[in-house]
Amino acid sequence: MRLLTRKITARLSTRRRSRYAAPAVLVAALLASGGLYMTLAPANADKTSDDSTTISEGRALFQVGCASCHGKNAEGIVTKKGNQYGPTLIGVGAAAVDFQVGTGRMPMAQPGAQAARKKVLYDADEIKALGAFIQSLGPGPAVPESEKYDVSGTSNENVVKGGQFFRTNCTACHNFAGSGGALPGGKYAPNLRGVSGKHIYEAMLTGPQQMPVFSDGVLSPEDKKDIIAYLKKNEDTPSYGGFTLGSVGPVSEGMFAWLVGIGGLVGIGIWITSASARSKKTITKGDA
Amino acid sequence: MHGHEVATSEHDEPIANPGLPEHLPRPTDVDPEAEKRAERQVATLFGLSALFAVLTCVAYFTFDIGEHTDTFLGMGASNVALGGFLGLALLCIGAGAIQWSRKLMSDHEIVEYRHPASSSEEDRSEAVAALEQGLEDSGIARRPLVRNSLLGAMAALGLPAIVFLRDLGPLPGDKLAHTVWKKGMRVVQDVDGARIKPEDMQIGQLVNAEPEVFFENNAEGEPEFEGAELQAAKAKAAVILVRMHPDDIKPWKGRENWGVEGILCFSKICTHVGCPISLWEQQTHHLLCPCHQSTFDLADNGKVVFGPAGRHLPQLPLAVDSDGYLIATSDFTEPVGPSYWERG
Repeated sequence: MRLLTRKITARLSTRRRSRYAAPAVLVAALLASGGLYMTLAPANADKTSDDSTTISEGRALFQVGCASCHGKNAEGIVTKKGNQYGPTLIGVGAAAVDFQVGTGRMPMAQPGAQAARKKVLYDADEIKALGAFIQSLGPGPAVPESEKYDVSGTSNENVVKGGQFFRTNCTACHNFAGSGGALPGGKYAPNLRGVSGKHIYEAMLTGPQQMPVFSDGVLSPEDKKDIIAYLKKNEDTPSYGGFTLGSVGPVSEGMFAWLVGIGGLVGIGIWITSASARSKKTITKGDA
Repeated sequence: MHGHEVATSEHDEPIANPGLPEHLPRPTDVDPEAEKRAERQVATLFGLSALFAVLTCVAYFTFDIGEHTDTFLGMGASNVALGGFLGLALLCIGAGAIQWSRKLMSDHEIVEYRHPASSSEEDRSEAVAALEQGLEDSGIARRPLVRNSLLGAMAALGLPAIVFLRDLGPLPGDKLAHTVWKKGMRVVQDVDGARIKPEDMQIGQLVNAEPEVFFENNAEGEPEFEGAELQAAKAKAAVILVRMHPDDIKPWKGRENWGVEGILCFSKICTHVGCPISLWEQQTHHLLCPCHQSTFDLADNGKVVFGPAGRHLPQLPLAVDSDGYLIATSDFTEPVGPSYWERG
């Protein structure tokens, strides 16, 4: 046994000047300390945190991930030219944070015409903490409770009403099937298919980016729920008529008709009128 | 004649007229084997067409319409089978006919030379002579009574047309210049008729609104407006309410008190060709018409900032009634919607 230990020590000792020695020791030390923390740290630390700790956690996250554009105290940053670099977030509420961060729009990858939906970078607890911090700066719309956007068991009558509200208020930008559409200057109204009921509700409540606000005072929470129910019903309805071509109306349908339809007809026309194969042989049959 | 023309053009043209290419026979004309093969091809196509026609009927009875809606690339089995088989049946008949004509039908090459479009002198003088002969035979020049009564009868035939077309009228008069809006009428949300208080609206809010009269009943308990009448009135009276930061609004002279705490009301009907517009960007305050991209700046009195619209968007003056709801203080002060002839 001692012989074996001595043998290993000797082998390690000969390799201690290897160029891989330092990184290897570092990795081993990190793994050890991390593992120790995992086993020794109180498992339910985050569950016992109260509001004030959530807010301070949110503040810490904000300082790291958001303050470079929105300012250290979310007061917004104005560029030298007087343009908005990042708007103030005081009074936008936790619902706006949940929408922007929960759909991956924030943090923005780069300044541009519009923040795009992308991979979500914060987990649910972090988004909650960020929301609590922003809510603590000034009152704004809170994240809606799940019964406000849970549309299971909505009656057909309500779905129809939701459809009326949708066609009146939303289709101008988001298209008749919720497929989205273009706006001036590189902006666009996003596709609504696959967006969670919570995020649709929050968007109506807070009016992200160019979207107008549809406050609860005018478009009641029941109306909003009906709109979400209509959108979900629309999503679940199969396309009985065949390919939807993105449900964007005459643009894709016209392109299909012109390229595939007319293109196919032109191809057949070329086939009909092209010269057929000719033979070098002379006619042997008497009648032709 | 033609030979002579060809001869002169040979002298004029720098490149000699190569004439028509030599007519060569098709493989099916010279090779009985190829001919048999083509015959079989055509017959096969017609046979396939018959098969597909039968399959169309089979698909009709096999697949339930409306069930299994995403069997094939997200499309229903019934739709795909019915459309596909019927289309293939028609395509095979067409393809067979074309193959038949290209490979087996007689193979004459015909040349048709261009000729002047006008008729020959003889034909023309013959036609004029026939017309004159007809006039002479009818004696229309010698019998003015017959001629004049015929002209009168034909003129009278125009009268029924005028009388019938009168039903297209009467002219709209000044109807296009007015809507159902009037002093004190509440501005309510479209679809459900909910009344709106200024404090219900936040900055950046958009409400698609209507006059409350569309949701009211008359003395007999019937709706004030119904059916086509409702649609006609709605087509002119539809509005949008928007709330902006009061500092962003630059009202024209005389419009300073047309808004309530930054809430403004504009016609929803585009002044270009009358599309309903509610595509409002809350940060730029621009209202965009999706039909032809006319853009109106609602912070600047609905001024046209882009696109084909020729007039600014009419604004409806607002106030608050004693119950705290938003009301109009008058009708629109100018005609809404696209320009028309009498408007000038």
